[in-house]
Amino acid sequence: MTSATMTSLQRVLTALGHKEPDRVPLFLLPTLHGAKELGLSIRDYFTRAENVAEGQIRLRLKFGHDCLSNFFYGPVEIEAWGGEVIFRSDGPPNSGAPFIGNPEQIFQLKPPEIEKTPCLVKVLRATEIMKARVGDDCPIIGVAMSPFSLPVMQMGFDRYLDLMADRPELFKRLMQVNEEFCVAWANAQLRAGATAICYFDPVSSSTIIPPDLYRLTGFAIAKRTLARIQGPTATHMASGRSLPILSDIAQTGTAIVGVSALEDLAEIKAACRGKLTVLGNLNGIEMRRWSSAKAEAVVRKAIAQAGPGGGFILADNHGEIPYQVPDEVLFTIAEAARRWGIYPLQETGSHGR
Amino acid sequence: MAEINERFVQALLTLNRLAAKRIVAEVSGALTPLEIAEGMIVQALERIGEGWQRGDVALSQVYMSGRVCEELMDNLLPPGAPDRKNRPPMAIATLEDYHLLGKRIVYSVLRAEGFDLKDYGRVTVDEAVRRAGEDRLRILLISTLMLPSALHVRDLVLRLKSACPDVKVVVGGAPFLFDPELWREVHADAMGRSASDAAGIIERIMGGAP
Repeated sequence: MTSATMTSLQRVLTALGHKEPDRVPLFLLPTLHGAKELGLSIRDYFTRAENVAEGQIRLRLKFGHDCLSNFFYGPVEIEAWGGEVIFRSDGPPNSGAPFIGNPEQIFQLKPPEIEKTPCLVKVLRATEIMKARVGDDCPIIGVAMSPFSLPVMQMGFDRYLDLMADRPELFKRLMQVNEEFCVAWANAQLRAGATAICYFDPVSSSTIIPPDLYRLTGFAIAKRTLARIQGPTATHMASGRSLPILSDIAQTGTAIVGVSALEDLAEIKAACRGKLTVLGNLNGIEMRRWSSAKAEAVVRKAIAQAGPGGGFILADNHGEIPYQVPDEVLFTIAEAARRWGIYPLQETGSHGR
Repeated sequence: MAEINERFVQALLTLNRLAAKRIVAEVSGALTPLEIAEGMIVQALERIGEGWQRGDVALSQVYMSGRVCEELMDNLLPPGAPDRKNRPPMAIATLEDYHLLGKRIVYSVLRAEGFDLKDYGRVTVDEAVRRAGEDRLRILLISTLMLPSALHVRDLVLRLKSACPDVKVVVGGAPFLFDPELWREVHADAMGRSASDAAGIIERIMGGAP
C-alpha cells in the first residue's frame, strides 16, 4: 500500500477499528497558527467563524494532516456562561475571574442556550463551513469540556477542589447542570457537521486526582455524559497522566484517549490494545525548539512504539500546538509521519531511542 | 515515630483533615511545636512531593496536604513566632498567568514548612519589578502554567537583575516540567519540580542559612 490510498477519514476509521490503514493518521492541532496563516492577531482571528474555518483548512493543505478542528479556545464555553475571556497576543485566550464567586450561586446556575449564545453559534458556523468544504474526506473534530473539568474555569481550581472535598451536595448539583450543557453543546456540534467530539477532561487525569477519586467522580460523570452524546468521542487528558485509569476510561464508552508525553507510549499502547485508540503523545512544549533531526527521531519512535496493529493516531500530547512552534517543525513532523508511518511499518517496538 | 509519620502521610493523602489533626494532637504532649513541624509536617510534605515527582501522587493531594499542613503550622507556630523562618524576604506570584493553583500550593507548602512569604497574586513584569524593589526581596518565586507566561520570565529576570541585582528568581509549573531546559533558557536561577522542592532551593540559594 502506498501513502495515499485512503482519505483521511478512511485512515482514521481504520485506525479506530484497531486495524492498520495505509499509514498512521496524524492529528496536528495548530489552533492558533490559523491566525498567522491569515495574517491576523489572535483576537481578530477568533472574531469570525470564516477566519477559523479558512485558517484550519489552509493549515491542513499546508501540512497534510488528517483532521480539521473547530476548536477556538478553551474559555469559549466560559464566555457562553457569561464569564470573562482574556486575549493575549502570543498564546491562547484565558478565562478571567471565575464567574462563580460564591459556591451558593451553583443552586441558581442554568446552562446557556446554545442557539442564543453568539460565541457558540460562531463555533457551529465554523464547523458548517468546514463541513461544506471537506465533505466526508476528512474528520472534523469538535470539542467539549467535560462537566467534571469545566469548573476549574467556572470557579477556580483551588475552590473547585475545596468544593469537591467539602460540599458534596453543591458538587452534585454543579455536575448535573454541566452535564446538561456538555451533552447539548456536543450534540449541536455533531449536527453542525463535526465527525466526533473531543471530550477534554484533564481533571480526571491521574496527574490531577488519584485513581480512586476518579472512579467515584470523573469516571461516573463521563459514562453518563458520553452515553448521551450522539457520535463518537475522544477523551483527552490535556497532558495529564492516564496510565493507572486506562481500563476505566475504556469503560466510559469513549473510542480514543489523548495521552501524556510524561508516560511511556509503549506501555500505554499495551494497556489500550484492542480497547482504545491512542492519541499522542508528542511534547508540544519542547517541540518549540526541536531540530529537524530531533523531530524526526521523536515521530519515528512514537510510531514504532504505538503504531503496530493500528489503534494509534499521532498527535501532540495537549490537544493544541503552542503558537511558538515554528512551521518548520510542523513540516518535519508531518513528513516524518508520512515517511515512517506507512504500513506495514518498517520499525516496531523500542526503535528510535 | 516512623509509624506516626506514616499514619500522618496517609491521613493527608486520603484528605482526612480530622485524622491529621488528631495525630498532631497525639504527639503534641511529647514533642515541641518545632519538633512536630520539622519532624512530621516538613517530612510528610517532602514525601508527598517525592510521590508527585514520581507520578504516584496527584495534584489535588498535594494541594489539600499543603492546605491542611498550613493550618496545622499556623496553630503550632503562629505567624511572627520566633521559630518561623521569616528570612530571606521573599514573595510568590504568577506572571501574566490566570492559573493560580500552582502558586497556591507552593505558598501553602512553604508556610507549612515554617516560611513567611508574601503572595503577590497575578502580576505583570512591571508590577513584579516594582514590588520586588519596594519589598527588597531576595527571592521571587514564579509559578506559570502557560508557555507564553513562562517565556516572559526572561524579560522579568533581565529587568529584575538590572533593578535589584540581588534578587534570585525561582520558577516552577507545567512548562518547566515538560521542557527541562526552559528554566535555563529564561535565565531563572533555579527551577522546582514540586512544591516541596521550594524550601531546599531557598536554603541552597541562601547558602544554607534561611
